Amino acid sequence: MAGKRSGGRKDSKKKDDRGGRKSGLFRRKKVCRFCVEKIDYIDYKDARMLMPFIPERGKIQPRRLSGTCATHQRKLQTAIKRARQLALVPYVTD
Amino acid sequence: MSTLRQYELVYIVSPKATDEVVAELHTQVEAIVGKFDGRIEKTENWGKRRLAYEVNRCKEGTYVLELLSGSGEMVTELERRLRVAEDVLRHLVVRVDEELHVAERTATRRAETRKRRRAARGLPPETPTARAPVEAAAKEGE
Repeated sequence: MAGKRSGGRKDSKKKDDRGGRKSGLFRRKKVCRFCVEKIDYIDYKDARMLMPFIPERGKIQPRRLSGTCATHQRKLQTAIKRARQLALVPYVTD
Repeated sequence: MSTLRQYELVYIVSPKATDEVVAELHTQVEAIVGKFDGRIEKTENWGKRRLAYEVNRCKEGTYVLELLSGSGEMVTELERRLRVAEDVLRHLVVRVDEELHVAERTATRRAETRKRRRAARGLPPETPTARAPVEAAAKEGE
């Protein structure tokens, strides 16, 4: 799976070249949503806020995909785990 | 000597339970909190909500949130009673004072840094609705 993904990355790079980008490697820098919105406390009771970080399978989205900073990912992680205990957010969905 | 700490208690009551049962549970919690010289700051009933997964063959439940302040012994007693209570599907006690304190501190620190930087740039002290610069930068990069 990892191999497939790296292949996809190369393709996207090519596409950017065709698009006339000056730099060979262009990827938009991801920013932490919580830093941008200046959220200091991630509330486990607010399931709607946590949902974007829980893809279909019910797993916690990794930092490398969501762009969340380390501090907020850590807080998000505990919030999701607490919400799971209260059945606000699923453990797994199949 | 027990110190006063702030806790959040959330418990889920079975959907089969009547409103009286929910009220009864609340008075029980109140009694325990009173016995340990604690205080209930706020009570919120979220009503019936769908559960994300089945718990004891129930697909929904009544959520009740209580903000408490009290000692650790109070929490042990509360947890013991809630575990035994038949109509309670789930419960969770979280200590919140430290986390809220940290959040508050980062907020004030950020406000101070902003004020200092504005002063360093020779700008007037503060405009209440200043657009977040990061957001604008992110849009530009697209």
